[in-house]
Amino acid sequence: MALTSDPPSAVPLTKDPEAAAPSPTPTTSSAPADLVVVPVRHPWRWVAVAATAVLLAQFAHGLITNPGWEWDVFAAFFTTETILRAVWVTLQLTFYGTALGFAIGIVLAFMRLSANPFLRSVAFAYIWAFRSIPLIVQLLFWFNLAYLYKELSIGIPFGPSFLSFDTMGLVGEMSAAVLGLALHQAAYAAEIVRGGVLAVDEGQSQAAASLGIPRLRQLRRIVLPQAMRSILPNAANEIISLFKGTSIVSVMAIGELFYQVQVVYGRNGRVVPLLMVATAWYVLLTTALSVVQHYVERHYAKGSAR
Amino acid sequence: MSSATTTVSAAVSETATAKVEIRSVHKNFGPLHVLRGIDLDVRAGEVTVVLGPSGSGKSTLLRTINHLEKVDSGTVSVDGTLVGYRRSGNRLYELRERDILKQRTRIGFVFQNFHLFPHLTVLENIVEAPVSALKRPRKEAEAAARKLLDRVGLADKAEAYPKQLSGGQQQRVAIARALALEPGLLLFDEPTSALDPELVGEVLDVIKDLAASGTTMIVVTHEIGFAREVADTVVFMDEGRIVEQGPPAEVLDSPRHERTRAFLSKVL
Repeated sequence: MALTSDPPSAVPLTKDPEAAAPSPTPTTSSAPADLVVVPVRHPWRWVAVAATAVLLAQFAHGLITNPGWEWDVFAAFFTTETILRAVWVTLQLTFYGTALGFAIGIVLAFMRLSANPFLRSVAFAYIWAFRSIPLIVQLLFWFNLAYLYKELSIGIPFGPSFLSFDTMGLVGEMSAAVLGLALHQAAYAAEIVRGGVLAVDEGQSQAAASLGIPRLRQLRRIVLPQAMRSILPNAANEIISLFKGTSIVSVMAIGELFYQVQVVYGRNGRVVPLLMVATAWYVLLTTALSVVQHYVERHYAKGSAR
Repeated sequence: MSSATTTVSAAVSETATAKVEIRSVHKNFGPLHVLRGIDLDVRAGEVTVVLGPSGSGKSTLLRTINHLEKVDSGTVSVDGTLVGYRRSGNRLYELRERDILKQRTRIGFVFQNFHLFPHLTVLENIVEAPVSALKRPRKEAEAAARKLLDRVGLADKAEAYPKQLSGGQQQRVAIARALALEPGLLLFDEPTSALDPELVGEVLDVIKDLAASGTTMIVVTHEIGFAREVADTVVFMDEGRIVEQGPPAEVLDSPRHERTRAFLSKVL
């Protein structure tokens, strides 16, 4: 207050003689609260924005005007029954691959965290092997399982068997694909789950143990919900990459999205619009997964500051 | 468990007044000999404060009492029952985890860093153990939890998450959480060391209140003033051994050992 009523010392700096005179108008006052902040200008940023906008516009223009995209063909095939059925197969492969993969992965994660060196080593070896073998090679192996083992049986290990199945009958194309995807996924899921569990402060399980909370309950109620926070972003990555990875299953001639699109363009020769059909479906469903991820993550962020 | 109770109670009947009995306990962390033969009796209803420089083994000793830390040799018993082991003749059989967990429900433990469950509300934090370990009906456990919150002065924070509370409030919730099991023994591991100086008082007040109500407690702390005011027995530890113990007036004001004197002159 005192500053505004005193003739401010900074005022004589202004060249305008009128303003230099002590005046009650706040525009010439140098009270700190009245000073105007002028942000620094970034002219090159605007140049970069303009250049990027031009490139984008060109791309969009090309998408619309280039007849090569054949949008009419795209529209005709986008929701045909063959494609929809293929999308369904892709979703099934993703779902079963993820569910089975993470189920095995959780077991492997706890084997790796076990105090028993044998269990630890086996889990380590599994993860090492399945991360080392390319998915496509694995899938072809599973596809040819019947060549290695003519029949599968349940019974006493190395002893007599009670039940036996013809391998070809039991491990059909679809289940071979799911198995391949799941076993591959399990190796990555194991590491993600293990990382999540390790990220939970040791004090949490100590506190739970000191309260006498039963072991399984400690895991389910205390450790895993907290581990989920670091598991989820990575798990979502894995699910999305598995979802797109199902396209590799096309080598096994299973009618999933990518295989079916190839079949159609093999017949009608419209390669680009049909690839766009597949692309659009992959993008659409990945977006849906990301939305689900957002809400699931929000659920597990309860009680956290960020 | 039941067979252990009978064998052990026969052996300790002469010192039946002791709530906690620690006998020649040794503990190594790799090459480090943290506990070098500890013998300690804590009587029911008394407050024992354990003092000592960092690294003297006082926290480790406290953690052996509820078997968060396994001893290498020696025994710990609470209420005349061995903790973590079952004795048969000259052998100690390690108990299964399930039985150890059951033993721990009778021993409350308060950590230096609270270790509240951050994804659960204050009420859920307190109710969790009574419901899952003691199989109490949730409604009943919640009513008891609200009473405990009232007792530590946080009745209005039941629905808050731990991160929304100050350090002192979190530690008071942690104390309420330990009390929810109605343990016969409370162990405090430096309960005020992680707190801002201005928040220490509110936590100490709660502990003093518990002491006045006759709860058996063992408190590891650096708060000499608190020890003087509340302790029935002060234990001074250094390099894995108990250097001396006795009433606070003796140990704090006229210590017999040079090491105790040197320590106190630095802290006071």
